[in-house]
Amino acid sequence: MSIKEYRTASEARGGLIVVRDTPGVSFGDRVRITDSRGETRDGQVIRSADDEVLILVFEGTDDLDLEDIWVRFMNEPVEIALSPEILGREFNGLGEPRDGRPPVLSNIHRAVGGSAINPAARTYPREFIQTGISTIDGLNSLVRGQKLPIFSGSGLPHNRLAAQIVRQAKLIDEESSFSVVFAAMGVSYADAKFFRDEFASSGVLRNVVMFVNLADDPPVERLTLPRTALTAAEYLAYDLDRHVLVVMTDMTYYAEALREVATAKGDVPARKGYPGYLYSDLAEIYERCGRIHERHGSITMMPVVSMPSDDITHPIPDLTGYITEGQIVLSRELQNQGIYPPVHISPSLSRLMKDGIGKDFTRDDHPRVAAQLYALYARALETRNLASIIGADELSERDRRYLKFADAFDSRFVGQGESEDRSIDATLNLAWELMSMFPRDMLTRVSETELAKYHQGSD
Amino acid sequence: MTDSQRVGVVRDINGPIVTIELPGVRSGEQVKIGELGLVGEVISLSGRQAVVQTYESTDGVRPGEPAAGLGWPLSVELGPGLMGGIFDGVQRPLEKIALESGDYIRRGLTVPALDRSKEWEFVPNPELAPGKQVSHGTVLGTVQETETIVHKILVPPGIAGELEEVAPKGDYDIEATIAHVRDQRGRSQRLSLYHRWPVRKPRPYFRRDDGISPLITGQRVIDTFFPQLKGGKGAVPGPFGAGKTVVQQQIARWSNADIVIYVGCGERGNELVDVLESFPKLEDPYTGRKLMERTLLVANTSNMPVVAREASIYVGLTMAEYYRDMGYDVVMLADSTSRWAEALREVSGRLGQMPVEEGYPAYLASRLAAVYERAGRVETFDAGSGSVTLIGAVSPPGGDFSEPVTSHTKDIIETFWALSKELADARHYPSIDWVTSFSAHVHTAAEWWHKEVDRHWETRRTEALALLARDAELSRIVNLVGPEALSDAQRWQLEGASLIKEGVLQQSALDDIDTFCSPQKQFALLDLALSIYDKGMALIELGVPVTELQNMPQLARTRRCKSMYTSDQVDEIRAFSVEVANAFEAIGLEYAKQRAD
Ligand SMILES: Nc1ncnc2c1ncn2[C@@H]1O[C@H](COP(=O)(O)OP(=O)(O)O)[C@@H](O)[C@H]1O
Ligand SMILES: [Mg+2]
Repeated sequence: MSIKEYRTASEARGGLIVVRDTPGVSFGDRVRITDSRGETRDGQVIRSADDEVLILVFEGTDDLDLEDIWVRFMNEPVEIALSPEILGREFNGLGEPRDGRPPVLSNIHRAVGGSAINPAARTYPREFIQTGISTIDGLNSLVRGQKLPIFSGSGLPHNRLAAQIVRQAKLIDEESSFSVVFAAMGVSYADAKFFRDEFASSGVLRNVVMFVNLADDPPVERLTLPRTALTAAEYLAYDLDRHVLVVMTDMTYYAEALREVATAKGDVPARKGYPGYLYSDLAEIYERCGRIHERHGSITMMPVVSMPSDDITHPIPDLTGYITEGQIVLSRELQNQGIYPPVHISPSLSRLMKDGIGKDFTRDDHPRVAAQLYALYARALETRNLASIIGADELSERDRRYLKFADAFDSRFVGQGESEDRSIDATLNLAWELMSMFPRDMLTRVSETELAKYHQGSD
Repeated sequence: MTDSQRVGVVRDINGPIVTIELPGVRSGEQVKIGELGLVGEVISLSGRQAVVQTYESTDGVRPGEPAAGLGWPLSVELGPGLMGGIFDGVQRPLEKIALESGDYIRRGLTVPALDRSKEWEFVPNPELAPGKQVSHGTVLGTVQETETIVHKILVPPGIAGELEEVAPKGDYDIEATIAHVRDQRGRSQRLSLYHRWPVRKPRPYFRRDDGISPLITGQRVIDTFFPQLKGGKGAVPGPFGAGKTVVQQQIARWSNADIVIYVGCGERGNELVDVLESFPKLEDPYTGRKLMERTLLVANTSNMPVVAREASIYVGLTMAEYYRDMGYDVVMLADSTSRWAEALREVSGRLGQMPVEEGYPAYLASRLAAVYERAGRVETFDAGSGSVTLIGAVSPPGGDFSEPVTSHTKDIIETFWALSKELADARHYPSIDWVTSFSAHVHTAAEWWHKEVDRHWETRRTEALALLARDAELSRIVNLVGPEALSDAQRWQLEGASLIKEGVLQQSALDDIDTFCSPQKQFALLDLALSIYDKGMALIELGVPVTELQNMPQLARTRRCKSMYTSDQVDEIRAFSVEVANAFEAIGLEYAKQRAD
């Protein structure tokens, strides 16, 4: 098919245009739209019929004069150029430089859409990553190849936590560090700058690729940005054998952009106006992470999801939680008490923890210590609740012990410094110190041998 | 492409929904789309146009490309070589595909489910001889498929007549002829070790039977409190992270089924890898053989095409029915039926059908019911009996059980294991909520328990549930007026309920010993907790203060028993129970003495 330009755009709404009298155009192909001033926009075919094509315009359709544009079908999928030179660079959602430097030249081009990893080609992730943060390492451990989002809310320190993890994450006895792919969707200039400065000051910048779409950049571009970023991550992991940590913020703005386009297309909404395919769409992104047989590199993912109105049942955190391998949930209540990082452990979970901790990975007692702490804290929160209704004076002696534990746990185990990098041993020892506030008979989740070895109480 | 294929043209590509023009194409027919040959299925016809849902991504397809009809509906291959395998939503073998196309699934691949080059030793049925009348279900012979599974080669549905010949014992590939049957019309039908069956059509059976024996899963809260029968249908609803997948995987691991079909429908890739990597190492507690020998996986992970997700459930069910027809008890686990329902919704939305609730089409309830209706215990055509137990996970948005998929499912199933976020957050696993869960099979299961384990099973079960109900009531009181308001007897009730929760209901799938619990051990633990409660209550009635009992070191032991003693050490639990009884008696005597002094 010769590359020809069409002047038959007939309709524009919410980031979409319709072009008529087209030849057979491939579904999913890239489109270039040029206006009378010679400015171009990029698009993608999202429906293709005999005589009419629907195009998603990444830069949006604002100020497009349909009478006066040329539409060119590029006869290729949406793809990016990749080379080791991408490290240290900053791009937009289409892989075009944002840092004022020239485009990446390479003969390696990859379609950003990706394809599904064959489940039979995956390896189960089980290498413990020490983040130095007790609530994560001790209770919700991260492993290499896991997707573990941070569920947060406006004003909560998810960015600082993500940055701390990027700084501190390492394998216990391995020198290899992570390469970082940073994907920013709809975030503020200040947030993007925070990360840029953070990477620069911790000296990792040469190991980072940034893909950035700010709050005032075109929203439609957010739909391709995570895909572009993950294509780069796959290149780093599987072509260059690197271990890649992908930080994506904020998936909520991604999903909102998706809803905008879905509404313009007239798709049937499922909940809160989000289209029914939001689940599959998010899964296409999140499931690109993992470990693959006989590949040396890996992709670990840490998306930030801000929960609208702190509501964890909102479709975006909800569907994310249904796809990811757990979640780290931040709490406004802990934040208000001045506790950093304000990780609320009860709704937090790491599904891949079970195979990455214990005897051969961290420490033999780790799984049972985690279960015991969870059980104690759950009971302690109930007691706190009870105390707030009937008053602490009405509590039994046993219950008052739980109250004391809850406070110590929040301030000492959850709370830690922003530059405090705790080893897993330190975390587990601290756990035993706190558990020793209870007599041995109340700790039935740990074994009698472990009690003998670690319990610090006198009874 | 063969000569018999009719060729038409692609008109419109709207994601996975492709409109084609192909004269004579039928509804339900398989078609190949475009130069890549992407496979799809006709879901509606209007005028000259047919709407096709494709099982693969349509990226790069153009209007004007060819579309070819294959002449048959979506079907699966049924024969030896399925066990131990992993297939995608339209039964393509994923391990083979990985060899051919690498780590990512390439589109347009046609790889048959069953290996054409592998030979199987076929042993003909000695009771058969040429001239004998055979029909659907007649056993032509057997193949040892895995160490545990004897694969019966049956005359497929729709074939009946006089046996002309059956192959002698020997090694055959699945396409080799193993029998000829002359049908009523005098035509000679060639039979091989496999046949095809359209997945949306339930396989016929001789007669439906009631379920009679419980499916033992080794999970106390299931077997003891909310039992499932072989041939039953059940659902596990729960918000994310509550433990649906672990419940399903535990059943896949430890249930006393002959065959397990695990359908990963729109869920995580790593969860299937978990099964793939662990099952070949784990031993079946009943046969001692490796679990993978009785397991078959169907995988349409959440990032794989949505339309194949809808198909995957039927593909799994058809294979389940096939083994049922050989007389096996099959368990099919579907994780998650919500993703299947969402696939229906997605297709109906693209077709512009009128949504009724939360975007779902009006036929959601009837389709769901039809799926579950394929479960059941049946009498097979060769006078044996087999069953399909279907257990579906349900993933309600926001954990709201009133949403359409959960509420329709609840109306259909017989066993409902409702997972609770509160329990899961407190790490009470399995987080099956004893208040909202139910089983319609308690009485039937009781007959089995009374005969095989203990005649007090049903009484003990009822007592435990009553104590848990009392606990909920008392907790409400405590929340109003504080714990000081409770009497000693009431406090002991709380302690008793806590023993049931921690010593019986909670069961960690990650604990090497407690991950599986035999029915005998289940009853021993239940009986231990309840007899402590009973004995303590008797002492409290005599006036012994509750604190004295709460400080007994045996209570901590009781909570630990489950992971201290294996299923073979029920006698140790009994011995411990006697020890506890003695301790209580000692307290009673001591107290009586004090009173007398
Ligand atoms: N019976 C159990 N024993 C131990 N851990 C469990 C159990 N059930 C669930 N879990 C924990 O809960 C996590 C989430 O369970 P999962 O079955 O994946 O939830 P869901 O499928 O409902 O999202 C698991 O990764 C595991 O850590
Ligand atoms: Mg699950």
